[in-house]
Amino acid sequence: MKNISIKLTSEPLSLQECYAFVEDPTCGGIDVFVGTVRNHTKGKSVSQLDFSAYGPMALKEMEKIAKSALAKFEVHKIAIHHAEGVLKIGDIPVVIAVSAAHRTAAFEACKFAIDRLKETVPIWKKEHFEDGEIWVNAHP
Amino acid sequence: MQVQVLLFGIVADLIGEDSLSLSIEKKDTVKNLKTALHTKYPQLKNYSTYAIAVNEHYAQDHLVLKENDVVAIIPPVSGG
Repeated sequence: MKNISIKLTSEPLSLQECYAFVEDPTCGGIDVFVGTVRNHTKGKSVSQLDFSAYGPMALKEMEKIAKSALAKFEVHKIAIHHAEGVLKIGDIPVVIAVSAAHRTAAFEACKFAIDRLKETVPIWKKEHFEDGEIWVNAHP
Repeated sequence: MQVQVLLFGIVADLIGEDSLSLSIEKKDTVKNLKTALHTKYPQLKNYSTYAIAVNEHYAQDHLVLKENDVVAIIPPVSGG
């Protein structure tokens, strides 16, 4: 779809690519969410994260989210890019960019997209510590 | 009939494979498949918080499986 950019890649994500995709003269604002790898969780020091995905289904679910965002909010374009593989502290696992005529819709759509991504897209991260590793959310 | 089952995340670690082939009866549902999985892999029994996808879409328990369906066990996701 021409208003949707979806990507799952083992290459570093590009903020500029997402920004350039959603940029449009009809829009008065662009909202960008950038996820970054944090160096700690629950008081423990994290050394790296390893993202794995059910690729074909992850792409479908990301596209569903993008389509929902375009249907629910007055937004023009949306990019949802996610990385897979090993990421170090400060690396970027996810970028979501949304453009809209007005800022409220862009903020709301961006929040909707990242919240939904964390619920439905089949991607898993394994946290690596100095003394071991754990699948995040695996034991609710 | 046989269905292919893809495994991810902690479930792949629990079973020690990233895919397996499972024998089920014709017209078995997703719920029947879960029961068959739990019989064959008892380590999954205590790990019932996973979802099932069939042919790359989330599936409910009542969905009837067909020959050559690709099933995936989806443990709680943690992307982003």
